[in-house]
Amino acid sequence: MVDVIVMTGSAISAFALSYFFFQILLPVSGALGFLVCWYVFFNIISTVAVWELRGAVKAKDHLARVFIWTGGMAAVVPLILVLGYVIGKGYHSLRPQFFTQDQKYVGALSKSTEGGGAHAIVGTLEQVGIASLISVPLGITTAVYLNEVKGRLTKPLRMIIDAMSAVPSIVAGLFIYAAWILALGNQQSGIAGSLALAVLFLPTVTRTSEVVLRLVPGGLREASLALGGTEWRTTSRVVLPTAKSGLVTAVILGVARVIGETAPLILTVGGAFVMNSNPLSGKQDALPYFVFRLIRFPQEAQVQRAWTGALVLVILVLVLFVIARAIGGRGPDHISRLKKRRLKRKGLA
Amino acid sequence: MTSIDITSSDRTTMSSDISLLDPGHKAAGLTATNVACWFGTKKVLEGVNLDMAPGQVTALIGPSGCGKSTFLRTLNRMHELVPSATLAGEILIDGVDIYRGAIPVTDVRRRIGMVFQKPNPFPAMTVAENVLAGLKLSGLKTTRSERDDLIESCLSKAGLWNEVKNRLGDPGRALSGGQQQRLCIARSLAVSPQVLLMDEPCSALDPTSTRRIEQTISEISEIVTVVIVTHNMQQAQRVSNRCAFFLAAENEPGRIIEEGPTKDIFSNPRDPRTNDYVNGRFG
Amino acid sequence: MSDRGPRNYVVSVVGQSAPSDIGTISDPDVVVHPVVRRSGVDRIFRSVATSSGVITFILMGLIGGFLLLKGYDALKVAGWGFLTDSEWAPDQGGKFGIAAILPFTVQIALVALFIAVPVALSTALFITEYAPRKLRRLLTAMIDLLAAVPSLIYGLWGLFYLQPRLITLSKWMANHLGWIPFFHVDNQYGTSLGIFPSSTFVSGVIVSLMVIPICTAVMREVFSQAPPGEREGAMALGGTRWGVVRDVVLPFGRGGIIGGSMLGLGRALGETIAVTLIISPAFTAKWSILDQGSNSIAALIALKFSESSTFGISALMAAGLALFIITLLVNAAASTVVSNSRSGSSTEI
Repeated sequence: MVDVIVMTGSAISAFALSYFFFQILLPVSGALGFLVCWYVFFNIISTVAVWELRGAVKAKDHLARVFIWTGGMAAVVPLILVLGYVIGKGYHSLRPQFFTQDQKYVGALSKSTEGGGAHAIVGTLEQVGIASLISVPLGITTAVYLNEVKGRLTKPLRMIIDAMSAVPSIVAGLFIYAAWILALGNQQSGIAGSLALAVLFLPTVTRTSEVVLRLVPGGLREASLALGGTEWRTTSRVVLPTAKSGLVTAVILGVARVIGETAPLILTVGGAFVMNSNPLSGKQDALPYFVFRLIRFPQEAQVQRAWTGALVLVILVLVLFVIARAIGGRGPDHISRLKKRRLKRKGLA
Repeated sequence: MTSIDITSSDRTTMSSDISLLDPGHKAAGLTATNVACWFGTKKVLEGVNLDMAPGQVTALIGPSGCGKSTFLRTLNRMHELVPSATLAGEILIDGVDIYRGAIPVTDVRRRIGMVFQKPNPFPAMTVAENVLAGLKLSGLKTTRSERDDLIESCLSKAGLWNEVKNRLGDPGRALSGGQQQRLCIARSLAVSPQVLLMDEPCSALDPTSTRRIEQTISEISEIVTVVIVTHNMQQAQRVSNRCAFFLAAENEPGRIIEEGPTKDIFSNPRDPRTNDYVNGRFG
Repeated sequence: MSDRGPRNYVVSVVGQSAPSDIGTISDPDVVVHPVVRRSGVDRIFRSVATSSGVITFILMGLIGGFLLLKGYDALKVAGWGFLTDSEWAPDQGGKFGIAAILPFTVQIALVALFIAVPVALSTALFITEYAPRKLRRLLTAMIDLLAAVPSLIYGLWGLFYLQPRLITLSKWMANHLGWIPFFHVDNQYGTSLGIFPSSTFVSGVIVSLMVIPICTAVMREVFSQAPPGEREGAMALGGTRWGVVRDVVLPFGRGGIIGGSMLGLGRALGETIAVTLIISPAFTAKWSILDQGSNSIAALIALKFSESSTFGISALMAAGLALFIITLLVNAAASTVVSNSRSGSSTEI
C-alpha cells in the first residue's frame, strides 16, 4: 500500500516538475523531451523516497526495477507503433481488387484504389512456394541424416550449414544473379528469385529441424530399438511423429521469414507491372519488391499502393505467425480429430 | 565399435511363435561367457560368466557403477549403439551366438526385450497404440481380433488392464508414472519376447506400482526369462531365483564376485564382500 | 590395467564360475565385431538420408566456392587497394575499395547495438525475473513477432515515421553534445534540419529494432537456466530481486549476453533493406554519425548492381564476400563464447 502511494506521489510530483521546467523555464517544446524529463524526474524522486523510507539497498533495487520495466516495455512499444503505422497508412486503399488486379491499366493519374497487386501476390506465392519445395524436404532429410543416421559427413556438414546461415541476404541474391543469370545466361525470373530464397531458406530449415529432432528424448529411440524396431521404423514411427508439431512450426516460421525477404529479390526477379504467372520465364513481381519499388515513386497514388502492399505483407506474416504458434503449442501428445476418427475405425479408441 | 554390414537378405526363421498366448511360446536361456566391455579405452567390465536359465528370474545386484546395466545392455545388443563402445566375449541365446549374425539384430532385440529405468511410452501414440507399437516396429502382422486380444492380455499381465480399459484412446503420457512403466512392460510383452531384461524398473516408482510390477515378474517368469538389475536387495530377495553380485574395485573394471541361488547369496554368502554388501555395510 | 584397449587374442575357453571373483588375471579377450545386417528398407533409408546430406553439402560448397572465385577476379585487380581505397568505381577503370564503406557498415551496426543490447538485456531480465507469470508468454510472443516482421516494414516505418522525429533529436545532440567527435557536425547549415536525415544514426536506430529480438532470445534462454539453487541462496541471504539478478543471474549469463550481442552484431552488419531505404550513399569515412551520408556493404550491392558490368559485379561480389566472411567470423565467435561459458553449454545459437 505504501509502495503505491510512493509511486503515485512521485509520478505526480515529477509531472509537475517537468511541466514547470518545460513550459515555464525553458523555451523548449516537444512531447518526446517532456516525457524524457518526466521519466528522469520520476526516477530521481521515487528513488530518493524509497531511500528515505527503506534504505539504500531497497533504493537500488527500486531503481533497477524501474529501468528493467522500462526496458521490457521498450521492446514492445516499437512493435505496436510499427504495426499501427502500417495499418493506418495501408488500409485506406485496401480494396478487394488489390488481390485480383494487376497494374496493367494503371496510369499516372489513376487513383490509388485502381488496379492492384495481384501480380505481386501471385509472384510471392510462387517464389516462396518453389523455394519451400526445394528447401523443406531437403532440409528435413538432411536434419534426419545429421541427427538419426549420424554418418561420416556429419561434422563437416554441420560446419558448412552453420557457415551458410551467415550469408547476408543480399549476397544470396548476388550469388544467383552472378551464377544463374549472368554465368548461365538466364533472365531475371520468378525461379531465379526462388533459388535466391532457397539459398537462405535451406540452412535455416536444416538447423531448426535438427534442433527439433534433437529435442526428441533419446529414451524413445532406445525403447523403439529394444522392441526390435529397425532404424527406418524408429525414425518414421517414433521420432518424426513426436517431432511433427515442432517441425511444422519451424517450417511455417521459416516461410514467414522468407516471405518478407526483399534483398535477394531485388537482383533476381526483375519486377513487373502485369501478371506473370509463369515463374520459369519472364520477370515477375513479388510483394516485398512491389512495396520497395513503389514507395519511391513521386506519385502519391503509387506510394499509397505501396502502403497497401505493405499492409497485405504484414497481415500475411501475422497469419502465418499465429498459425505457427497454435500448432507449436500442441505438443506430440495432442491427438487430432482426424487421428481420433482413424483410431475409432480401427477399434483402438 | 566397427560393425560388419552384410547386405544379403536371407534370414533365419524365427523360432518363437507370435503370441504369448500360444502354448508353443517358450522362455529362452541366456549364457554369457567371458564378457568384457569398454567405453573407448576404459574397461568397465571384465570376465563376466553368467548362466541365466530359462524360466528363471536372475537378479544382478551390487553398488552403483559396477557395470550391471552395461552388462544388461550387452544381452540385447544395445551396448553397441554407443559410438565408442566395444565388447569381448560370447553371448548365446539357447545356444546361438547373438553377435555373429545368425540371428538378425532386430530379431535379437525382439526376442530379448528391455524395460528401462525411466518409463518411456511413445508420446505420439495412445495407450492402445503403445501396446501394439512393438508389432509395428518389428514388422509383425496380426489380424484385428488378435490385436484386441493381445492388448487385453498384455495389459492384464502387466497389471494395468482394469485401470486403463476405458482409456485406451488417451495419449500414452497421460498416465501416472507407475502406470506408464506398466504400459512399457505390456508393450515389451506384446512382441512375445523369450527373455525380458529390466534395468531398475521400479527405482522411480511408488511402492504400490513396485509391488504390482514384482507381481507381474512372478506371473510371467515361467514363459519369459527375466534378468533384473536392482539396487533394492529386498526386491532381489522377493523376485529372483538366482543372484549375481557385481563389484568394481577402484579404477578396476566390474566383475561378478559371486553368483548362485538367491537364498544362498543372502543367508550364506561365500565371499566376505558379498556378505558385507547384503548386510548393508556398504551400498 | 583397466585402460588398455581391447586386444585381439586367440580365443581360449573359459569354464564355469570360480568361487572367488573371476578375472583378476586378465583372461585373453576376443573382441566381438557385431554383425549388422540391414534390411532393404533400412538401406534405402540410410542412402536417401545420406544423399540429402551430400546434396546439401555440395550445394553449399558450390555457393561458397563461386563467391570466392568471382570475388577473387576482382580482388586480383584491386590488390591491397581493396582495403585502402574509399571510392567505388570498378567499371570506370577506377579504383574500388571498402575503406570507407566498411567503417560505415560497422558504425551503423555499433549504433544499433548500442541501443539494442541494453534494451534486450532489460527485456530478457524482465521476462525471466520480473514479469508476472501470465505476462511472460505474451511478452515472449511479442518479441518473436518483432523478429518475424520483415525488415522492409521497419525500413518504411523508419523512413516515414521515425526519421522526421529523429532529426530533431539529432540536431539537439549536435548542438549540445557536439564536442564529442561522434556527434560533431559542421555548422554550415545553421539552424535547419537539412543535414540530418539519411545518417548513420537514423539507420542504426532502425536496425536496432531488428537486432533486439535476436539478442533478447539468446539472453532470455540463458537467464532462464540460471541455477535455481543459487537464486534461492541469494534470496535466503536477505537479498532483493535486484541483488539476485546482479549476483547470480548476470554473472551466470555473461556468456549469453556477450554471445547474444555478437549474434546481433552479425545481423546488423548484414541488414540491407532498411539501410538502403534510409541512407544517402557516401564514400568518405567519417567519425560523425549524425550527419547525412552513410553506407553499408549490403546497401552498396543493392544500389549498384543494376548499373554494373560483369567486372563491376565481381567487385561487388568481392565486397559481398568480405561481408560474408566478417559475419561468419562474428557468428562463429558468438557461438564459441556462448558454448564455452557456464551458461551456454546447453544453449544453442
